[in-house]
Amino acid sequence: MRTTSFIWDVCKSSFTFGLIGLTISDRFASVVHVRGLSMSPTFNPPNNSSLGLLTVNGPSTDDHVMVEKRCLTDYKFSHGDVIVFSSPRNYKEKQIKRITGLAGDWISVPFSYDAVRIPEGHCWVEGDNPTDSLDSRSFGPIPLGLIRGRVTHILWPPQRVQKIDRKLPRSGLTF
Amino acid sequence: MKILLTKWSAIAKDSINRAAIVAKFLCLLHVTNTYIFSPTLVYGPSMLPTLNLTGDVLLSEYVSHRLGKVGPGDVVLVQSPENPRKMITKRVVGMEGEVVSFLVDPGHSDRSRTVVVPKGHVWIQGDNIYASNDSRNFGPIPYGLIQGKVLCRVWPLDGFGSL
Repeated sequence: MRTTSFIWDVCKSSFTFGLIGLTISDRFASVVHVRGLSMSPTFNPPNNSSLGLLTVNGPSTDDHVMVEKRCLTDYKFSHGDVIVFSSPRNYKEKQIKRITGLAGDWISVPFSYDAVRIPEGHCWVEGDNPTDSLDSRSFGPIPLGLIRGRVTHILWPPQRVQKIDRKLPRSGLTF
Repeated sequence: MKILLTKWSAIAKDSINRAAIVAKFLCLLHVTNTYIFSPTLVYGPSMLPTLNLTGDVLLSEYVSHRLGKVGPGDVVLVQSPENPRKMITKRVVGMEGEVVSFLVDPGHSDRSRTVVVPKGHVWIQGDNIYASNDSRNFGPIPYGLIQGKVLCRVWPLDGFGSL
């Protein structure tokens, strides 16, 4: 009899902690594992301890960042914010990029004389590593509704704990 | 002095317990309203005659779109691509890869356009094509903007049931 009530207590407390944890990670902040090199050197910088030209970027050096969700109440973002968003090509994937253009800005399309105006309610995202980044230069401006949070700090590995600043976009690409 | 301290600690413990119960209830409310189902008030002319102009309370569920089970013919709640703080109610007409034909300016001309819905996007249209701002104006929307699927109408009571 005592073991069943103990198991019931454990179930109740884990259910409560699950609810509270889910609410906090939805409304306040959560931790996200950064994969890929599209935001190098801001996240996952290249590992210099390597054999010659071969760089090894294994799981031991992947960054984990804190993503805050308070920005999703009024959707007020600025140029240079690093955001987490659902990919417009596949809603199950989440990507991390930097906002380099907001609604009303004009973006010049590379290798062409065209200029694209970002429509209302959309933003232009680019990775800090332009050679290895699938971003708005391929899929165009994304609606702000796809944004799932803003990255504020790197939490792991401990030697890379730092606050993420708003970096202004490189000049020559926006005007 | 000691009696006063024990009285204050009892009051503090009691109030913390009650605050914890309220916090747990609010968390349960948030999880239910975001991940299971919740009632939603919708209004506007764009889904006539299915939904009323002055307002209906609908029961919407938030499980199907996370599992990818939203298909053509479903009435869905989506975040407007023009204003992320606005939720709109429309019907899904085409999924990714499908070909959609629509009248460009119904009521004024017979011109129609045919579009292929790109990967990861859906085409939404209001049932009242004469008064609806939908994919015919702002293009196909990414699937990630869908927030929920409408199950049935709850209020007004004479319209109770599935749409």
